[in-house]
Amino acid sequence: MPSSQEELLQDLEKKARVIRSDIIRMVAEAGSGHPGGSLSAAEIVTVLYFHVMRIRPDEPDWPDRDRFVLSKGHAAPLLYAVLAERGYFPAEELITLRKLGSRLQGHPAFGKLPGIEASTGSLGQGLSISLGIALAGKIDHRDYRVYALLGDGENEEGQVWEAAMAAAHYRVDNLTAILDYNGLQIDGPVADVLSPLPLPEKWRSFGWEVREVDGHSFEELLAAFEWAKGVHDRPSMIIAKTVKGKGVSFMENAVDWHGKAPDREQAEKALAELLAVPS
Amino acid sequence: MNVATRDAYGRALVELGKKYPDLVVLDADLAKSTKTADFAKVFPERFFDMGIAEQNMMGTAAGLALAGKIPCASTFAVFATGRAFDQIRNSIAYPGLNVKIIATHAGITVGEDGASHQSVEDIALMRALPNMTVIVPADATETGKAVAAAVVHEGPVYIRLGRPAVPVLFDENYRFRLGRAEILRRGPDAAIFATGIMVYEALKAAETLAGRGVDVTVVNIHTIKPLDVETISSLAMKTGAVVTAEEHSIIGGLGSAVAEALAERCPVPLVRVGIRDRFGESGKPGELLEAFGLTASHIVEAVDLVLQRRVCGK
Ligand SMILES: Cc1ncc(C[n+]2csc(CCOP(=O)(O)OP(=O)(O)O)c2C)c(N)n1
Ligand SMILES: [Mg+2]
Repeated sequence: MPSSQEELLQDLEKKARVIRSDIIRMVAEAGSGHPGGSLSAAEIVTVLYFHVMRIRPDEPDWPDRDRFVLSKGHAAPLLYAVLAERGYFPAEELITLRKLGSRLQGHPAFGKLPGIEASTGSLGQGLSISLGIALAGKIDHRDYRVYALLGDGENEEGQVWEAAMAAAHYRVDNLTAILDYNGLQIDGPVADVLSPLPLPEKWRSFGWEVREVDGHSFEELLAAFEWAKGVHDRPSMIIAKTVKGKGVSFMENAVDWHGKAPDREQAEKALAELLAVPS
Repeated sequence: MNVATRDAYGRALVELGKKYPDLVVLDADLAKSTKTADFAKVFPERFFDMGIAEQNMMGTAAGLALAGKIPCASTFAVFATGRAFDQIRNSIAYPGLNVKIIATHAGITVGEDGASHQSVEDIALMRALPNMTVIVPADATETGKAVAAAVVHEGPVYIRLGRPAVPVLFDENYRFRLGRAEILRRGPDAAIFATGIMVYEALKAAETLAGRGVDVTVVNIHTIKPLDVETISSLAMKTGAVVTAEEHSIIGGLGSAVAEALAERCPVPLVRVGIRDRFGESGKPGELLEAFGLTASHIVEAVDLVLQRRVCGK
């Protein structure tokens, strides 16, 4: 492996740790929020903003920018942390999450904060929005790409499949969806609550090119996004196998940490674990 | 003592489940939050978690009702009434099916989740549907009784519940009468028609006003549809000044319903306390109620204002 790739991976690992720590601090300070699904997608969103996407954080409305839509809007702490670390707004503002008057609403609110491309939070709507942005890119002959992050529980929404069908029909190859396949939703494992499985077969049969990756491996994610750029005539789906709550031992794979804030002691324990990892 | 109306709902479901073998419950991946999980524990064979798919949940509830079941379908109010509106309209309300839509986390007291999760228009949506009964309980006691009444009532019902624990106003002797406005306090100077958590605020406001020699009537409008137009217009006539109070948009909610009724029957000065044509936002429930003008002191101001208007009108 070339050393530049090695350095890139190390750099991304470091960024992801900072972002995970931000998430814990923000949610702890807010006293509510969704750590589990924010932590599971940390690598995915980090790699997009720090390597994959063509963006200008100092010019968030640049018309040719790549777009990211957080369809699973409850992972707002993750998106806010990444945007702040990428320079869209001051990182000091992160601790205002969920407070009255803050630009950091409980779920992403379009127009309030630079870098937020869509209002999400009501699950199942982000892929349709992304499709609209992708279609506009096509008719405007702009070469930007659109990335949408979905939850596996979110896949149960009918609208997701309406969007899936439409995206394949209109052959939007500038659209890439990423599925945070952490196996859990609120009432339990997705397989027990209302199984959306098997996912790859479903998405393929809807006309998408599908690739499965380890959602915590930067190497695999980098390769998958490179692959997606090369897919023609079809939308692409990256199914990223992840661990909900990844990086904090007591949050990993625990349904209860979907939408609960750590108390002070738990937050300190979580931060100690995240910072203990050798860099 | 404070109890969340959704907690009362969970308990009521378990009791009703024992009494009515045809009662079935559906949820959309929020069973722990809506408290239908209480029912699921006791009657697992009559509980269906439909996943994050509210439209399908409502359609399935319609089918269960067609086959003689009494389905209670629950999720957050925003998703129940907004996401699945057309399914409620065409599959449930139009055929008048016996589905109970019991939604929790209504209004801005959802708190930190913010606007995407705060329904400020669900009463308006449900009220506009023919055949639909709309109930907004004021406390935990009333919730239990309202849910029981809804299960017995033949036809579609929407019940609006909240997230936070709220004061208990009524004891077990309280009689819930569907479609009847409950007069909680009588006074000649003005009438406050309140619903949901604003009933408590209205009672507090009445205390404050009484201290200043202003004696108002306070009425609990738990049933927004069918509206008790008789009681409302007769009290409007007697007092000549009306204030409405709701944790909902003033467009299409209780304030609208009362304004519509009084405009036709007995127009008197009216001031509506409610959310003034805006979306919610993140914050603590108490902070939001203050910021959105939904407290006892805002009701007091509204009464002062309506009394000035009554003087002008004379
Ligand atoms: C339409 C809609 N229904 C219900 C909810 C409540 N809700 C928030 S998160 C969630 C579970 C999401 O599970 P998943 O998509 O797997 O997310 P993740 O595991 O990545 O956090 C639910 C049901 C919502 N936000 N939107
Ligand atoms: Mg999940």
